[in-house]
Amino acid sequence: MDILKTVFITLISTTLINNVVLSQFLGLCPFLGVSKSTKSASGMGGAVIFVITISSLLASLAYTFILKPLGLEFLQTIAFIVIIAALVQFVEMFLKKKIPSLYTALGVYLPLITTNCAVLGVAINNVTNFNNGDYSSLQTVLMSVLTGFGTAVGFAISIIILAGIREKIQFNDIPKSFKGMPITLITAGLMAIAFFGFQGLI
Amino acid sequence: MKRCIERLFNGLIKENPTFVLMLGMCPTLAVTTSAFNGLGMGLSTTAVLIMSNLMISALRKIIPNGVRMPAFIVIVASFVTIVQLVLKAYVPALDKSLGVFIPLIVVNCIILGRAEAYASKNPVLPSVFDGIGMGLGFTCALTIIGAVRETLGSGAVFGYQILSEKIFTPISIFVLAPGAFFVLACLTALQNKFKAPSATNIEVEKLACNSNCASCVGRQSCINHQLVEQQKQEIAEKERQEKLKRAEELKKKVFEAKGGNE
Repeated sequence: MDILKTVFITLISTTLINNVVLSQFLGLCPFLGVSKSTKSASGMGGAVIFVITISSLLASLAYTFILKPLGLEFLQTIAFIVIIAALVQFVEMFLKKKIPSLYTALGVYLPLITTNCAVLGVAINNVTNFNNGDYSSLQTVLMSVLTGFGTAVGFAISIIILAGIREKIQFNDIPKSFKGMPITLITAGLMAIAFFGFQGLI
Repeated sequence: MKRCIERLFNGLIKENPTFVLMLGMCPTLAVTTSAFNGLGMGLSTTAVLIMSNLMISALRKIIPNGVRMPAFIVIVASFVTIVQLVLKAYVPALDKSLGVFIPLIVVNCIILGRAEAYASKNPVLPSVFDGIGMGLGFTCALTIIGAVRETLGSGAVFGYQILSEKIFTPISIFVLAPGAFFVLACLTALQNKFKAPSATNIEVEKLACNSNCASCVGRQSCINHQLVEQQKQEIAEKERQEKLKRAEELKKKVFEAKGGNE
């Protein structure tokens, strides 16, 4: 029961309360760039969930079982970015070869993800949060995967909501100088205020 | 030397990374809660940018074209690690308030973008000045946004109270997350209003990234380069074939003319 509680609380807090885009400002580029239609937004969201979950697993494995025992913690930034770049490349090749249907759905968005700072940010945050002695090695890895998954779901939720709103306001009467990027930013700001409401949840 | 000064001007004003190119939005929005944080982030990015431009431009003839991107990323990541350790040792307060955004300089679009667009094609000295110019442009932009947000949110700039609480009630939402979006929205709206050059009001021809410059780095920018090259080749090929066609037609005409004569 205790485990279930931890899982539930972690998921709620990463998806809604500490939403990766709206309260931590990670992954803004795709958030603003790929949110023109709900279809592309859900494609991007799916790709991000896929990549962040795997990359947080690999990054935490590399940190707890390679970098930490060797005392090379200062190399984490280099190690993580190389892992992520290689992973994205590998996932792209694997999907193309084995699951072409998924590749056609996510393919275009995969190369964009290497430079999505949410991926690296989640990996680094996990390492700093779960290596304070409270967790065993196995727990660290499991918590990292869980956090990664929750964060990515939070990203997907917010990008799909933003895309839906953008589709709606496309035909509205907006002041000329606010058309395009400014109104998107204001929408995002209002969404951020709305997400503040979740803060009392836990 | 003229070229170096032109690079400085280019980075500060003509191609200002934040206001004109709209690059590096994540740190721009996240760390500008105060002018001091903005300045610190800008200077750390500048340091990384200068060193990585220097290194990449010096190694531009050694790095093979195929592994260009990974090589750049590793170079940038090593300099970011150095800056991170220096900040931790000498300015721990700044390190704490910038937090995860220091290691995230690695994925800042500005750095890889400059490496790809300028440093990998130009000699060392102009590349260094390009780094200085771009870095200062970024620093100025972050400091200005930070100062605006700090003034509205707490009535202070760099920690000094300039608006007393009697005449001005701080709007605390401007130092929180939504304020960042609102400030940037107003800024881009002003740019649109006065038709200032900006990535948001220029129609760029469609590339693989939907002409979204903010996400155009790394592999994406490689793909774009390939696309552009491909298009160029296609156009060249078309022209060549048209030339051949014309030449053949000419030949035919000449032949017919000859035949008619005979």
